[in-house]
Amino acid sequence: MTFYDIIFYLFAAITLISALFVVSTRNIVYSAFYLLFTFFGVAGIYVLLGADFIAVVQIMVYVGGILILLLFGVMLTNKITNVEIRTGTVQLLPAAIGIGIFMGAVVAVMIWTEWKLEPAQIPLTTTKDIGHLLITDYVLIFELLGILLLIALIGAASIARRDQE
Amino acid sequence: MYQFLFNLSGSEIIATIFTAAVILVFILLFVLFAVWFERKVSAHMQDRLGPMRVGWHGVLQTIADFVKMLQKEDIIATEADRKLYTIAPVLVFTGSFAAYAAIPFSSKLLGSEVEVGIFYLLAVSSFVVAGILMAGWSSNNKYSLLGAMRSAAQIVSYEIPTALVVLSIVMLTGTLSLEKISQLQTAYFWNWNIFGGPEFSLAKFLLIPFMFVGFLIIYISTLAEVNRTPFDIPEAESELVAGYFTEYCGMKWAMFMLSEYANMFAVSAIVTILFFGGYQSPFGYLGNSIGAEWLVPFEQAFWFIAKGIFFVFVQMWLRWTLPRLRVDQLMTVCWKYLIPYAFLNLIIVGFISLL
Repeated sequence: MTFYDIIFYLFAAITLISALFVVSTRNIVYSAFYLLFTFFGVAGIYVLLGADFIAVVQIMVYVGGILILLLFGVMLTNKITNVEIRTGTVQLLPAAIGIGIFMGAVVAVMIWTEWKLEPAQIPLTTTKDIGHLLITDYVLIFELLGILLLIALIGAASIARRDQE
Repeated sequence: MYQFLFNLSGSEIIATIFTAAVILVFILLFVLFAVWFERKVSAHMQDRLGPMRVGWHGVLQTIADFVKMLQKEDIIATEADRKLYTIAPVLVFTGSFAAYAAIPFSSKLLGSEVEVGIFYLLAVSSFVVAGILMAGWSSNNKYSLLGAMRSAAQIVSYEIPTALVVLSIVMLTGTLSLEKISQLQTAYFWNWNIFGGPEFSLAKFLLIPFMFVGFLIIYISTLAEVNRTPFDIPEAESELVAGYFTEYCGMKWAMFMLSEYANMFAVSAIVTILFFGGYQSPFGYLGNSIGAEWLVPFEQAFWFIAKGIFFVFVQMWLRWTLPRLRVDQLMTVCWKYLIPYAFLNLIIVGFISLL
């Protein structure tokens, strides 16, 4: 067991345990904060896989963007307006079926994928290659995503402004 | 530094821990100095003397304050959320300390030569936001929560102009690595990015005004990101008592202060690296001219810290000169002025660097 193995198990433990708490804790603000550690753990595993750019994007987008938005929403409804948000158990059967199907799909992918067994050559820098791919092979998808985000932005602004007029 | 320690001890773990420890010690010493310095600067700007009793001109004042802080009772409000209340200061400091991992203090003393350096710096600051929100929510205090909300909204908004200016520098230099950006601006001040970079051509002269605009934008927005006056509405004393750390006392409060001053140096370091040559000396190296190669890294560390402290001084200077902005003015400055100008600047820099 080398130094890197220990770090890997540490990050894996952080991810799994905090993810478990996200779904099991009854306080929704706690769930949101546990999610912070889940994202952090996943970012750590990306770093160990040599995907430094993806790891930083993970932190930037999920922790810096989505989690902060989530916290805003949860905190403003929870503390200021005194709405009690509790996570209870409802609709047990449909949930079980949905999760069963999803689980089956994930396990099937895990079993039938041909994993590379020999250690892969980890590239030293990934940023440049990702950039090249984004503006050559995947340029159409990249541009479409940009347009989608722009539409979302305009939509959000117009919804926020409607009340004032 | 890391390589030297690795050769000395033969263990990656020990080398990593020691490199981190050196930087932690630097932060602690810097904060001891900066707190005293801030009080002195503010005092002299208001025609006072400031702390004078402890040591020469009060240099040991911060140490005395620290000892006082250690003796304080650790009070946690009954209605506060104990767990989150305790973790929040640690999380905030973790975020600001993590940023130092990618900052090159000199060509030898640097934590990690990650290729995504500057991007990483922008990303880890989001841990600070999460910590601030945690502190504000768990205190169970209106003022704390309002302060935390304001702070998070401010940091998230001002990250955009910062990122846009960073992007223009990245386009110019073609790398995200802070070490490489510093290395490219070789040792004379006319090679710094603020003077258009090291390459001598027409583009260099065309770039100078736009680099100055970029520098102003990033300086203003980093000022807002570390919650300093004129953007200190998250902790506006006249409105919110002390903002998100209203309920904190003793060492937990000290952790917030530690992280605030650490952040001040970190953003100054970013500005230094992007525009003012990083660790490069403005006049060439003494070590090179007298043939003592080992002196160069020390000189570089000296210049880097000197430049960093200079920008921290400018932040303090602004704090004691300018009044605070209102909340709506703050958002107006960001969304209606800084972001459009930053976009325009980005496009122009892009065109010029194509020349």
